[in-house]
Amino acid sequence: MHLHKYEKIWLVFGIASLIVFLSVVGVSAFSQDHTPAGGMETIDPQKVNETAPFDNPGVTQLDEDTYQATIVAMAFGYQAPDLRVPVGKEIIFKVTSTDVVHSLTIDDTKVNMMVVPGRITTKSYTFEKPGTYLILCNEYCGTGHHMMYTEIEVYEE
Amino acid sequence: MIAVQDRKIALWNIGVAYAAFLIGTLCGLLQVFIRNDALQLPAWLDYYQILTAHGVLLALVFTTFFIFGFFITGMSKSLGSFGPKVRLFSWIGFWVTLLGTVMATAMIVAGEASVMYTFYAPLQASGFYYVGLALVIVGTWISSFALVGHYRVWRKNNKGQLSPLFAFMTITTIIMWIIACLGVVATVLFQYIPWAFGWTDTIDVELSRTLFWFFGHPLVYFWLLPAYMAWYVIVPKILGVKVFSDSLARLSFVLFILFSIPVGFHHQLTEPGISNFWKFLQVVLTFMVIVPSLMTAFSMFATFEIAGRKNGGKGIFGWFTKLPWRDIRFTSIFIAMAFFIPGGAGGIINASFQLNEVVHNTLWIVGHFHITVGTPVAMTFMGLTFWLIPYLTGRKFTKSMKVLGLVQIITWSIGMLLMSTAQHLLGLLGAPRRTAYSGYNDHPAAMEWFDGILTNHVTMAIGGSILFVSAMILIYIVIMTMFLSPKAVEPKDVVDFPMAESDMTRTPKWLENWWIWIGLAVALIVIAYAIPLSHMIQHAPPGSEGFKTW
Repeated sequence: MHLHKYEKIWLVFGIASLIVFLSVVGVSAFSQDHTPAGGMETIDPQKVNETAPFDNPGVTQLDEDTYQATIVAMAFGYQAPDLRVPVGKEIIFKVTSTDVVHSLTIDDTKVNMMVVPGRITTKSYTFEKPGTYLILCNEYCGTGHHMMYTEIEVYEE
Repeated sequence: MIAVQDRKIALWNIGVAYAAFLIGTLCGLLQVFIRNDALQLPAWLDYYQILTAHGVLLALVFTTFFIFGFFITGMSKSLGSFGPKVRLFSWIGFWVTLLGTVMATAMIVAGEASVMYTFYAPLQASGFYYVGLALVIVGTWISSFALVGHYRVWRKNNKGQLSPLFAFMTITTIIMWIIACLGVVATVLFQYIPWAFGWTDTIDVELSRTLFWFFGHPLVYFWLLPAYMAWYVIVPKILGVKVFSDSLARLSFVLFILFSIPVGFHHQLTEPGISNFWKFLQVVLTFMVIVPSLMTAFSMFATFEIAGRKNGGKGIFGWFTKLPWRDIRFTSIFIAMAFFIPGGAGGIINASFQLNEVVHNTLWIVGHFHITVGTPVAMTFMGLTFWLIPYLTGRKFTKSMKVLGLVQIITWSIGMLLMSTAQHLLGLLGAPRRTAYSGYNDHPAAMEWFDGILTNHVTMAIGGSILFVSAMILIYIVIMTMFLSPKAVEPKDVVDFPMAESDMTRTPKWLENWWIWIGLAVALIVIAYAIPLSHMIQHAPPGSEGFKTW
């Protein structure tokens, strides 16, 4: 197959940049743990309110530097009393849904988690600035989708 | 001129496409005004109903019918008139697809299916919505098999020869489409329909999402490849040159069979149930389509330069000014291509694993959609419409139509530029997609998003309104060229199908050995999906009951 000389240069350049780019993404993901929300845990979607840790949602301290925020998403809101977490500490979000698919998305952060019934989504995040952050649902979930929000308060210790 | 019976099938397909386009763009207009709180819908109509109709009618129905109208015309032109069986099955395919469309649309209008065209479980629409969607797919399969049959007859009569480029590309697109549909057919047939009619109680949500996206990403290539066909086969003829390289054109197309399917996880990067390894593997495979896209970009600009120099263009860029900018058939497609540069770059961002978290399900994605399928694909189809309908009806494409066509293309570009720029920026700020008007109870963070020069409620509405005007001009052109323009009597008025010559003398024969490409595609699909999918099924949680939250 004949390739024009310029086309060879163009393709070599393109493929080389592709390799560089994918390496950056891959190294950042697997050696620095910059991976998107996910997790392999499952749960019975009809028994969320009786299953730990979702039977007792809210913020719990795991150890000195780690907190867990357990949140239940449902049409059209989030069940998580007193969402207050400290700044500069690792917060592990654990979220599931009692009904349809939602998201838990915190404005101005990289927390953007799909919430799928039957599955538990996990994401670790450390807030750098104190303040009140808007949490919203960005996956269509019904008539009240655009009303589904809550807040999280990040306080200085 | 192709056989009159073949023209009739193509015209019906294109007619349905533009009927869907009319309703779909009207829904789009309503949306921009609901989103900025200027319009209150009556109680019997819901924003999400309109949004579902907009997506289904434009992204699925308009594209699919137009594509088959284009394929049927081109296959009849390049391989000769259809036989009676091909014609019969093309008609059956058309009617089945139409029946499915009408069923699905009726369910949306009745308020029984406000679930978007992605219909994520456990939102539960009426079972007839899913049956309608299944019929749409089955209909396209019947139409596809008709075209494959036509191609096989040609191959039998022309042993040892490569098929014409148009036919080759049509068959490539169809092969990709049929493999891709297996995912959505599996989930609709075995998960959604039994569940929606109450034969099963629950559904495995994550599995249904995964099967949907097995189909959902190649779906976008099903829209894009016919546009690429226009770029490769139609544009050179309009410019008065040959296809730049026949073998490269074919190679880039078969690469799409390989790399457009085993990549669905890049739509599921922020969700549970798929481990990081498999997500990343599919990210890598996703990026492989950049290779044929770069090849296409090179071929296009090479074609432009050759044509411009042939017209007397000098110097490094002088050829650029010598392109036929007044020819609406060319200008429309050129602008479509230009939109695809930021469109493609945005796609790379979306699929970039952890970077996806920044944009996933924000308005950025809506902006991305509108400068990929909404302009590069749709405007290429518009550029085809200008000659395809007159070619099929034997009517003139009059001077006033040419002027209107130019106005239509320019308004669409301006409207889209305004609307999609606003959407991209709003998405980066964090504004979510698929929402009616919302300030989250006037939350300061949400108010801030809409406070910019471009990122406000007005820009999107202006863009959307200009787009609607443009759409109506196009509908006028379609009606005129279909029913009202004067018949072309003089030879100079006859509108032709511009199909470029392609020099096949140096094209290797193995490029048209489909079993190689199907085999490799299946192997890649098995590598990308077998383990994560079987893990998903074996470790499935109890299923979900249906919900009707609208």
